[in-house]
Amino acid sequence: MLRLEPRTSASPLVEAITPVGAVIATMVAGGCLFALLGKNPFEAIHMIFVAPLLDPYSRSEMLIKATPLVLIALGLSFGFRAGVWNIGAEGQYVMGGLAGSAVALAFWNVEGAWLLPLMVLAGMAGGCLWAMIPAVLKVRFNANEILVSLMLVYVAGLFLSAMVSGPLKDPQGFNFPQSRLFHDSARLPVLLEGSRVHVGVLVALAAVVLAQVLLHRHMFGFNVRLLGQAPRAAAFSGVNANRLTVICLALSGSLAGLAGIFEVAGPIGQLQPSLPVGYGFTAIIVAFLGRLSPIGILLAGLVMALTYIGGETAQFALGIPKAAISVFQGMLLFFLLAADLLTRYRIARIRRGVV
Amino acid sequence: MSVLLDLDGITKTYPGVKANDDVSFSIEIGEIHALLGENGAGKSTLVKMIYGLARPDAGAMHLGGVAYAPHGPVAARAAGVAMVFQHFSLFEALTVAENIELGMENAPPRRELAQRIREVSAEYGLPLEPDRLIGDLSVGIRQRVEIVRCLLQSPRLLIMDEPTSVLTPQEVEQLFATLTKLRAEGVSILYISHKLDEIRQLCDRATILRGGKVVATCIPAQETARSMAGMMIGQELAQPSVRDFSPGEVLLELEGLSLPAAGQFGVALHGIGFRLRAGEILGIGGVAGNGQDEFLLALSGERRVEPRMIRLAGRPIGGRGPEVRRGAGLLTAPEERLGHAAAPAMTLAENALLTGRRRAGLTQGGFLRSGAIGAFARRIIADFDVRTPGIETLARALSGGNLQKFVIGREVLQAPSVLVVNQPTWGVDAHAAAQIRGALQALADGGAGVIVISQDLDELMEISDTFAVLANGRMSPVRPATGLDIETIGRMMGGAFGAADAEFSHASA
Repeated sequence: MLRLEPRTSASPLVEAITPVGAVIATMVAGGCLFALLGKNPFEAIHMIFVAPLLDPYSRSEMLIKATPLVLIALGLSFGFRAGVWNIGAEGQYVMGGLAGSAVALAFWNVEGAWLLPLMVLAGMAGGCLWAMIPAVLKVRFNANEILVSLMLVYVAGLFLSAMVSGPLKDPQGFNFPQSRLFHDSARLPVLLEGSRVHVGVLVALAAVVLAQVLLHRHMFGFNVRLLGQAPRAAAFSGVNANRLTVICLALSGSLAGLAGIFEVAGPIGQLQPSLPVGYGFTAIIVAFLGRLSPIGILLAGLVMALTYIGGETAQFALGIPKAAISVFQGMLLFFLLAADLLTRYRIARIRRGVV
Repeated sequence: MSVLLDLDGITKTYPGVKANDDVSFSIEIGEIHALLGENGAGKSTLVKMIYGLARPDAGAMHLGGVAYAPHGPVAARAAGVAMVFQHFSLFEALTVAENIELGMENAPPRRELAQRIREVSAEYGLPLEPDRLIGDLSVGIRQRVEIVRCLLQSPRLLIMDEPTSVLTPQEVEQLFATLTKLRAEGVSILYISHKLDEIRQLCDRATILRGGKVVATCIPAQETARSMAGMMIGQELAQPSVRDFSPGEVLLELEGLSLPAAGQFGVALHGIGFRLRAGEILGIGGVAGNGQDEFLLALSGERRVEPRMIRLAGRPIGGRGPEVRRGAGLLTAPEERLGHAAAPAMTLAENALLTGRRRAGLTQGGFLRSGAIGAFARRIIADFDVRTPGIETLARALSGGNLQKFVIGREVLQAPSVLVVNQPTWGVDAHAAAQIRGALQALADGGAGVIVISQDLDELMEISDTFAVLANGRMSPVRPATGLDIETIGRMMGGAFGAADAEFSHASA
């Protein structure tokens, strides 16, 4: 029989390089997968991981895709450290986009510099309130936040469909289920001329810095780490576990909502039923790939954005199925978790018999 | 009656400790024999040898008149010795029948086995459903599975290690009925416990171990809980060191402190009341599991009570959390070092911050002052002689004694007005223990009030000015520690203090 035994010490260097190892293992396994599909594996891997970096347009698209991933993953990382498992960021992202858009559409014929900040606040509030449902149910009734937040993703998706087919539908839109186009003062300013890179990128960078400070230089981050690592020591220290649970969910909900409204007011420009593309789920991978640390999340968000962009090119150029990219991202998480397990535990052989 | 198991001069030495020293006694056929002793008295070692998990260094055992030296549990079971452990070895994802089958050397076919489980369990009043998953069963029912597993092998000797520590009172009654029935059928039972009332109620004879030696054999029904406690503890109590004890003003006042039990196996606290004065060290004794943990949680603020139940310098703080209490000067150090008093995977610097943030001024506007945190951690390490490479060492890398010095030092250096510690020297070597006691005494000399909860009566006698006992969640009246004899302490530990007595305590203390 084989058994897992905890290692006495896990080297910090090994812990830092396992994400890199996971990326490499994903490339190798992905290459095998493509070879089985009858594609040239080297060409496919090159197209996914290298080609986008060489092309300016792809680089700018990478930043756009990384922004929501990093924002959401930063929010999730605090909860994950504290043992609060918000799996429903996708739903909070949708509700944020929806709430912010509702403000934009309420003022569809009024322009003003105040409109965008108001939309952003509404977006954060929307995501935050959606995350308060699992928070309250957990604190009050000890309901499992994983299940509640996950199920609310589908509720949010259907609510979005109902809204764009109903109250928020474009009156001149030939009955297509989408809203009016936002006017300029409801759109995020573009940073780089000729690209779609918007100021949300800067906000995400600022959020990385803020999160780093909060996590390592502030009592909040200390309490979050303490609660996750040693709940009884946290209670002894005086940490209010319920309050921290609510704050963690509020934080991740708000940042997911922010990502949602950035996406609508940035690259898309109107509310569409196709708003949820899985950023909220992919961000979970980003958070763990980034070791739940803000800097790591920034890097992991860029890598994950790369697979999105490269994957699209590979689909187009090599005819690789769309699902292959999801498989790719799934493999990345799988290899990361496997590598983590093996850095913390070793496999030992034990003999069957006396207990 | 004739002898079933005879132990003659059993000796077992582990590095640094003589766990059993020339232990001799015998268990008769159809007898419930108690093995009684404090933690570390050598009960588990002895039982391990009987069950074949360890070999004696010297001495001989005879089972039914034949030489008995099992080289493993399988051999012990084959000889008719079965054991129910304190911690069960059951697979939660398997059914009752599957678990029982796994523990049997020659299991009958599944259907037949299920039938036998039903029969045997019903016969002994321990009904079991063979098809239920273990994961769905309560702890009490799981114990039944373990017992039935033993009974299916028709043992001659059944060893039970602290069986009632996980049971509710109703389940205890049921268990006793079963054991009595087994005795009537001629099965011998070796019953390990430190619960004196149970032993008096159930057992025919008792062998008492202390420090690895047999100190007495008695008939529990003819003894009192107090007299047995006396034999268990020993007569050699240290006399309290003469300290210059002149109590000052009242610092901490408890009045009618009650707390419902947390969960099925928790202990409820009932009407605890006393006054702790400046310069006083109050020692609280008692057998583990009589409310010590709950008492500490109530004082640390991890469990809240009514505000008036706990007053610090006259201010009602029973409803406040740990941070507010620390701010007001009430500090605590729980028994469990890793995971409760300290976070195992955090550095010593971070663990200094764990309780020190307010009184040691380690944060400013919520932001961490890393310089101050490092300085505070280094001061604890220096003042309390904590052996460690530095403040970036993880708490779990420290030895028990070193971590305990760190934890006690962390609280003492925050200059508390009242410090409550639970088992301050448990598992700590003699040198470190002396250092810790010295620090607690110095704290009291400086005008603080100190409460020491411990199961080590020698330790309590050494450092306490006043003494009380927790039994069944109630506290005895507080008495001066000088002049206490073993008789009185035994009586207190047996819970023999009435409600009137308790009333008297806070009227007069």
